[in-house]
This record gives sequence, C-alpha cells and structure tokens, in this order.
Amino acid sequence: MQTRRETLKHSAVVAGLLASTGLFPQFAHAAFNKAAFDAKSVQDVLKAIGPGALAESKDVTITGPDIAENGAVVPLGATTTLPNVKQLLILVEKNPSVLVAMFHMTDSIDATVSTRAKMGQSSDVYAVAITADGKALFAKKEVKVTLGGCGG
Amino acid sequence: MADPMRIRAQASGDKATVRVLMSHEMESGQRKDANGKIVPAWFIQEVTALHNEKTVMTAEWGPAVAKNPFLQFSVKGAKAGDKITILWKDNKGDSRKDEATVT
Repeated sequence: MQTRRETLKHSAVVAGLLASTGLFPQFAHAAFNKAAFDAKSVQDVLKAIGPGALAESKDVTITGPDIAENGAVVPLGATTTLPNVKQLLILVEKNPSVLVAMFHMTDSIDATVSTRAKMGQSSDVYAVAITADGKALFAKKEVKVTLGGCGG
Repeated sequence: MADPMRIRAQASGDKATVRVLMSHEMESGQRKDANGKIVPAWFIQEVTALHNEKTVMTAEWGPAVAKNPFLQFSVKGAKAGDKITILWKDNKGDSRKDEATVT
C-alpha cells in the first residue's frame, strides 16, 4: 500500500520527467511565442503577436545589403526613432517561417538592433516596430540572394 | 555545454555598444542529411541581456537566425566598468551565460 507521502513524491518525479522531456511546453519555453515563429506570412505573424493595423512608416528603418552573396549570413538591422517601442521584429517574407527574430525592448536600450539572418531566396525583408499603444509600423527593403541559406 | 560567447561592450558618450557573437549551430529544420532525412531544428530561442544585473532586453529567435549568431545593440547609460551579461537558451534546453565589462 502507498502512503500519501509516497504518492506525492512519485507525482513530483513524474512531473519533473515530463518537464525535462519538453512535454510541459509552457514550463520549458515560457516566453517563446511558437505561433508567431510558425507563421507563414507577415500578416499571420502580427496576428500571433497581436498589435493593431500595420502601417508603413518613415520612422522605422531596415538595414541590409541590396545583394547578399551568401543567403546563410545576411546582416539585417532594425532601427526606429519612435518613442515607447515595445518590440522590434525582423521578418523575411519568403522564408519558410517568416519571423526571424523578435526583440523585447526596455527603456534602457536604444531601439536599434542588428543580427544576421538566413534567407532561402531573394525576398522583401521587414522591420516592424510595435509601440506600447499597440501600433505596428514597418519598413521594408528588397534583398537579392545569389546563394540560398536554407535547404541543401 | 556550448562554447563561450564573445562579448564586446564599448562605451561611447552616454551609451555603450554591445556586440555579441554566440557559438551555436542554429540548425533550421529545413536541411536534409546524406540519407534524405530532415535534420531536426536546433536553435537559440531566448536571449536575455543584462546591464549590471538588470534586464535591458530579451529576444525570441527563430531558426532563421544565422549560424553562430551575431547580435548588436546599445545600452543607454552604460559606462566603462559596468557589467554586461548575456544569456541564451536553445530549443533543446541547453543554455549559456557569459559576462563582459564595458570598456
């Protein structure tokens, strides 16, 4: 016969095992917005994150090369002069998953980030700034890729 | 555990530019191996940047971030001698934490 104490201990062990195998996704990746990273279009990404309408803006800039020789390493940057930016996103429209990176900003850092992305083919790239009042402003740029970085 | 990150933080004026080079495979989950089987995705999912133990930025990354990721941002009010800490966690649960001093 099992005592209550033993039962509790066992269930804690089972919970621990589940957590370590990733069957408790909400514990394993608390902050990771999987829906946004699975999205196949720019609109779907924004739906998964949840701001209002998308509008083009001069206050947001995307930096990147006009022609990327190697699609496996494309330097992309997002910058905005807008105040109260909550999130900055970098998107590549024709990648298998559109969202490349999402940065959650605080007041302590400049609203400028840059990183390197993989691009499967020539595509428009977007920088989207989401402000604290729920507006999504974007800038886009076309990057031509001469050698793809996804697949093989 | 993964190789250490290379972090460089340079103060200029009232802010410091932080450049981070992480060592990670960043497998996209699209690639196939020699037998035609898809190589499972393996990438950094969460990145956290701290300035003197205070979180200044968090990021969520997808598999489309390039191999051995590079990240650049600037921290307001950081001066020489301050501590910058970067943490990352990948989708297999591996993680890494490294520190650098602003110069």
